[in-house]
Amino acid sequence: MSKYSIKLNGKKHLIDVASDTPLLWVIRDEIGMTGTKFGCGMGLCGACTVLLNGNPIRSCSTPISSIKPEDKLISIEGLSNNTSHPVQLAWIKEQVPQCGYCQSGQILTVASLLESNPNPTDQDIDTALAGNICRCGTYQDMRKAIHTAAKMMKSQSKTKSK
Amino acid sequence: MSANIKKQTSRRDFIKISAQTAAFLAIGFENLANGKGLKVKNLAHEPHIGVEINPYVLINESGKVTLFNARPDMGQGTSQSIPMLIAEELEVRLDQVEIVTSDGSAKFGSQLSGGSSSVSTRYLPMRTVGAAVKEMLIQAAANQWHVPVSACYAKEGRVYQKNKSISLGYGELVASAAKLPVPANPVLKNPADFTQIGKSIPRPEIPSKVNGTAKFGMDVLIPGMLYASIAHAPSIHAKVKSYQGEKAIASPGVKFVLKTERKMPHASTEAVAVLADSYWAALKGKRLLNIEWESPAAEDMNTEKYFNQLKEAGKNPGFEYKESLTGDVNKAFAGANKVIEASYQTPFLAHAPMEPENATVYVQDGKVEVWAPVQGPDSLVTELAAYLGIKKENVKINVTFLGGAFGRKAYYDYVLEAAHLSKQINAPVKVVWTREDDTQQGPFRPGMLSVMKGALDAQGKVQAFEHRLNGASILNQVFQVPLDNAPDPWAEEGINLPDSPYAFPNRRNSFSLVKTKIPILWWRSVYASTNLFGQESFIDELAHQAKKDPLAFRLEMLAGSPRFVGVLKKLAELSNYQQLKAQGKAVGIAIARSFSSICAHAIVVEKQGNGILIKKVYSVIDCGVAINPRNIKAQVQSNITMGLTAAIKNEITVVNGQTQQSNFHDYAVLRQGEIPEIDVFVMSSNEAPGGVGEPGLPPVAPALCNAVFLATGKRVRTLPFDISNIS
Repeated sequence: MSKYSIKLNGKKHLIDVASDTPLLWVIRDEIGMTGTKFGCGMGLCGACTVLLNGNPIRSCSTPISSIKPEDKLISIEGLSNNTSHPVQLAWIKEQVPQCGYCQSGQILTVASLLESNPNPTDQDIDTALAGNICRCGTYQDMRKAIHTAAKMMKSQSKTKSK
Repeated sequence: MSANIKKQTSRRDFIKISAQTAAFLAIGFENLANGKGLKVKNLAHEPHIGVEINPYVLINESGKVTLFNARPDMGQGTSQSIPMLIAEELEVRLDQVEIVTSDGSAKFGSQLSGGSSSVSTRYLPMRTVGAAVKEMLIQAAANQWHVPVSACYAKEGRVYQKNKSISLGYGELVASAAKLPVPANPVLKNPADFTQIGKSIPRPEIPSKVNGTAKFGMDVLIPGMLYASIAHAPSIHAKVKSYQGEKAIASPGVKFVLKTERKMPHASTEAVAVLADSYWAALKGKRLLNIEWESPAAEDMNTEKYFNQLKEAGKNPGFEYKESLTGDVNKAFAGANKVIEASYQTPFLAHAPMEPENATVYVQDGKVEVWAPVQGPDSLVTELAAYLGIKKENVKINVTFLGGAFGRKAYYDYVLEAAHLSKQINAPVKVVWTREDDTQQGPFRPGMLSVMKGALDAQGKVQAFEHRLNGASILNQVFQVPLDNAPDPWAEEGINLPDSPYAFPNRRNSFSLVKTKIPILWWRSVYASTNLFGQESFIDELAHQAKKDPLAFRLEMLAGSPRFVGVLKKLAELSNYQQLKAQGKAVGIAIARSFSSICAHAIVVEKQGNGILIKKVYSVIDCGVAINPRNIKAQVQSNITMGLTAAIKNEITVVNGQTQQSNFHDYAVLRQGEIPEIDVFVMSSNEAPGGVGEPGLPPVAPALCNAVFLATGKRVRTLPFDISNIS
């Protein structure tokens, strides 16, 4: 067992776990935040996606030992206060989730995409979400919601610049 | 039709009025809105206090209404659609109530989410429940005001006096209402007056699914619980000859290494479990086990051998389905102008829900409590009581959200595993399957073979049609019904006469049972998903042989079935079928009725190299009364995606008991960039509601393969196939 310090959703956590423990299980079993899901354990499905310094990573295949204390980690619980991130609002508006199990990973991946690419084409969306499976097949509604979120973010930034 | 509806209304939905304090798992929602101020109940025992007017409605004196949903939600939307039926008649808005999933208690009756039956079987019973409670509340108000009932009406949780500004909330009325007799025949609303049914109202649980607060079985945390990872037999059926657990038990966090069992309906197998204080510790411990297995059945567990048996079986006439037998096919074939034959094969498939199977179970003092994603809490109560030798009243099931299921989570082997372990160690145990367990251990959709034969007369009309089903029986393996002298009645779905009313003058469906030890189960749309591939592909083959347009050919034979005709005509309009054809586009169609709803797809493909590209899917569904049209569209899209995956991605193959696939790299499902544009139309209808969770799936593979034939001239008769290289 070894001690690690990680910063998740802006809060510091001191963890004492085996060095090969995947970040997924640290977040779920040690910190007790369960919005990040276990799907495949091999980085194939994207259900465990969290943001590491803004980039989507597969927490099921990321050992805790590879996380630096200064790294900024965001899980679905930390994406916004009161479910107010444009991607979350767009997901509600377009009624995207069915079973909902994969959606934390989808939403974080999209939030990251829109951060770096505010006007994604359908091709950009396909590429960004290639690692996230949805067995319910909400893909078309997700695509619609991504364009909705992009519009929302644009009108938000316009309001801000005024 | 109205007679049918009446038959579904059951008095057993009303149970004696009792004032009760009930403890239930709340996975409900206090506010739908836009996610702001959203409070979602945690997994904890929260007493729901109030007056239980009947098992489904609880109203407390402050006016809070709790509605019980007795159909677990695996993504199909029952946590809205079922309580909405009550709320519509009770005159409360869904965002005014708390929704709680039923706990398996006998008072709720059947609680299975399966067979796309939730809305179709609950449509009148749940509305009647709501209407009866509303009448009692109105009566109580009328009594208090000393006015006739006709002078009162209910709206949004209050009873009002007409033309007066006085009203009473349901909470103020519930105590006196509960003393009144339950109306025997409450009056149901005229559908024209519906304010919720038929509207695309946002699903109340969706905010919780975008902020991480929705609780799935995987998220259950019970104080003192241990996590279990189980080393299942690589050959599915096996006994543990010997094992060394010393290294595992020495591994940090591991508390127990125990021999255990996996109880399936048709067999019990042995396994070794590692229990630890975290799931990662349990997984690591499992890797340190050294197990010697004894696999007596392995040589009988081969999918290749199984399909060869199916081909042999298909040479025999099989047991015929008497109800669909029409005319004399043999005579018709003997004198036919033209006879064609073809066989269609569909593979074993895993369900692969995104949430792997898991269950948290605590067995103590002859009682058991479960927290798990399960499709039927009532049937789990029965199974667990029998398994543990305890009374049903001592079994309590807390149903969480299901992270997908598709039939898999109606098979409770994973729950029984947790019970077996909890009983041994006297502590709550959470069993979590890996993706590899889910992919390899089954149960699977059974592989099937359709052997088809058709005869055409000189005018290109179908004179005779035979469909021989060959394969394993879920009824036989899972429900242990012997089928030595009869066809499997369940296996004919999708091709029986009500589901396939083609006007064939001579027709014969039959079934030949080929048993297997490979665990099998319902997989979304079950036999309709396998039968319709043969049925609707072969109809297409006959149309081409008859030199007729496949749409016109179908319309001609379905002329006596107006709902089928309506769906096909709408599909032609939606897809611009005639125009696409005139432009030489490859557009394949298929129509299927399953689970009491009719769905047809038109799939447009283009030739690309040696394969094809799927350009667009048009779909029309007639599911009778549409409860939430937007959700119905979502379910059809879901079925199209799953049907395409089943047609063009991987199959499950088993060699000497060992499943050859293990995770999403070799059992792939379609991803974002692989999905064609999908356009769904929901017919408006006043017919009794049919299913929605499955009927969109069966027509996918035949519509696709019919399009492939038009684009390439090649007829696909075995699934899955590679769309990039069609041979």
